Amino acid sequence: MELSNKNRTPAGKKFVLFGLFLLAFGMLFGIIGGLQYVIQGFFKPYLSFDQIRPLHVSSVVFWIILAAVGSVLTFIQEHTGRRLYSASLAQIQFYVFAISISAILFSYVLGIFGGREYWEFHPWFAVPIAFGWILFLINFFKSIGSLKRQPVYIWMWMTGAIFFLLTYTESYLWLIPYFRNNIVSDMTVQWKSYGSIVGAWNMLIYGCSIFLMTKISGNNKMSQSKIAFALYFTGLFNLMFNWGHHVYTLPTHDYIKHIAYAVSMTELAILGRIIWQWRSTVSEARKHFHIGAFRLLTAADLWVFLTLILAIAMSIPAINLYTHGTHITVAHTMGATIGINTFLLLALATDILGSKRTVQQQEPRRDHWGLVIANGALLVFWLSLITAGVLKASWQMDVARIPFSSMMLQLRPIFIVFLFSGIALMVGLWMIFYPFFRRPKRITQAPVV
Amino acid sequence: MASDKHKVIAALILSIGFVCYTGYIYSALPNQKGTLSVEADEGKSLWQKHNCTACHQVYGLGGYLGPDLTNVFSEKGEGNIRAFLKIGNPTMPAYDLSEGETRSLLAYLKHIDETGIADPRSFTIKMNGTIKQE
Repeated sequence: MELSNKNRTPAGKKFVLFGLFLLAFGMLFGIIGGLQYVIQGFFKPYLSFDQIRPLHVSSVVFWIILAAVGSVLTFIQEHTGRRLYSASLAQIQFYVFAISISAILFSYVLGIFGGREYWEFHPWFAVPIAFGWILFLINFFKSIGSLKRQPVYIWMWMTGAIFFLLTYTESYLWLIPYFRNNIVSDMTVQWKSYGSIVGAWNMLIYGCSIFLMTKISGNNKMSQSKIAFALYFTGLFNLMFNWGHHVYTLPTHDYIKHIAYAVSMTELAILGRIIWQWRSTVSEARKHFHIGAFRLLTAADLWVFLTLILAIAMSIPAINLYTHGTHITVAHTMGATIGINTFLLLALATDILGSKRTVQQQEPRRDHWGLVIANGALLVFWLSLITAGVLKASWQMDVARIPFSSMMLQLRPIFIVFLFSGIALMVGLWMIFYPFFRRPKRITQAPVV
Repeated sequence: MASDKHKVIAALILSIGFVCYTGYIYSALPNQKGTLSVEADEGKSLWQKHNCTACHQVYGLGGYLGPDLTNVFSEKGEGNIRAFLKIGNPTMPAYDLSEGETRSLLAYLKHIDETGIADPRSFTIKMNGTIKQE
């Protein structure tokens, strides 16, 4: 880690900043979607739910992807002590992504869809996204040079970068009639790719988190340790084989389900252990300097454990039978994407964007209360989704089911709680990342320990 | 610290396992209930074009605002589906589909319906935690 923050190529910052814009807009679309759950027909003449949902999902998915890419492009320079192989390549990638994503969001407003879960945009847009990713791969491999004696985060970035492209391509196999012509085959391959693609971006994010922990603690041994590589290989194993829990109730091959059941979700547990161990080794003074990032990492630590409990439960087919298709699945997704991914990415953004002055020196009170509000609201949000899921599961298993619309009407009070906690969550997250958009005033130094 | 050699071997074993697993799934896709007819395939394109998955699920996968439509064809019938497509409801837009498009969409829903049953009540739980549908 020889290259100082001020000397690194700033290409990564653009990705993170654009990602934050997407997060901000994504949350707004989420609130409109929440209002459509509570007030039937709300905003429907302008943007119906089939438009709002992809606007929300694509915005937040691209927030995660862009912030992860931006963090890797930034940290790789600190790791190697050299600038990126090509700053121009990173710039081209950024503009390809920025233009494509803006066009994707605009296409939803026009009612143009590809109609697939997660990647709801027209398949033509998949081409520039894949092209941009290839530029990222070239820049990454040319920048790291040799793979000898590399720490675990390099392995994680490498795995995430390669598997994202592989599984992203796999998610478009439905365009080939062989895969498309039977709904069960199509859904099996679709969820195989989706399960792995989430694992791929988690590799990028967790790799960056370990890099940041290493940087804060000043302890390089952790990222070379056996436990860190145990986390990596467990994560890789899960990325490759645990996706079958998505399709337990699909009439697909039984062996897919049995393999998924057998592959336990230990990835998050090991990460939680590493964060826990790291925290105990950080000296008070250095912890204080990086306090913004530290707090966000600690918040993610809490959500790792909550999400882990839910993930393990949902990986058991007997329990999955009840939770599948209910809002409990959404609670798990929100815990993972907001509680873990977003808090980790905001910690990374604090380091990347706040490098000229610490977040603590910017707005300590606002940051503190932002984190308190975001975490409190996320907990209520998460619990409301679990409650709605339990009630829907009970409805699904009821011998004498009432109509779907009546069940949804009964859930309305819970959706109101979900909506208001969602608004509070948006406000809390805004309070955390609003300072990133303000001009830095001065450069500060880390205290000498 | 683990050696580079051990790391490479572990990564290779996992990668070979992944390639074999993927290849096996691709070569023996679960296709027991037939393939899409041309009409049903057009229906699938319409389903995607109108982003039906934003609100509806198939086998419990998709949106949460509307009901799961895996077995709507056999449970609610053609007439009911036609009415919803034409009139909509407070949350669902009314779709101005031609008769040909409506028939294509119905053919697609019929194809989905014939592949299996999504109702979780149709499963039994075994002692080892797995589930089975008779």
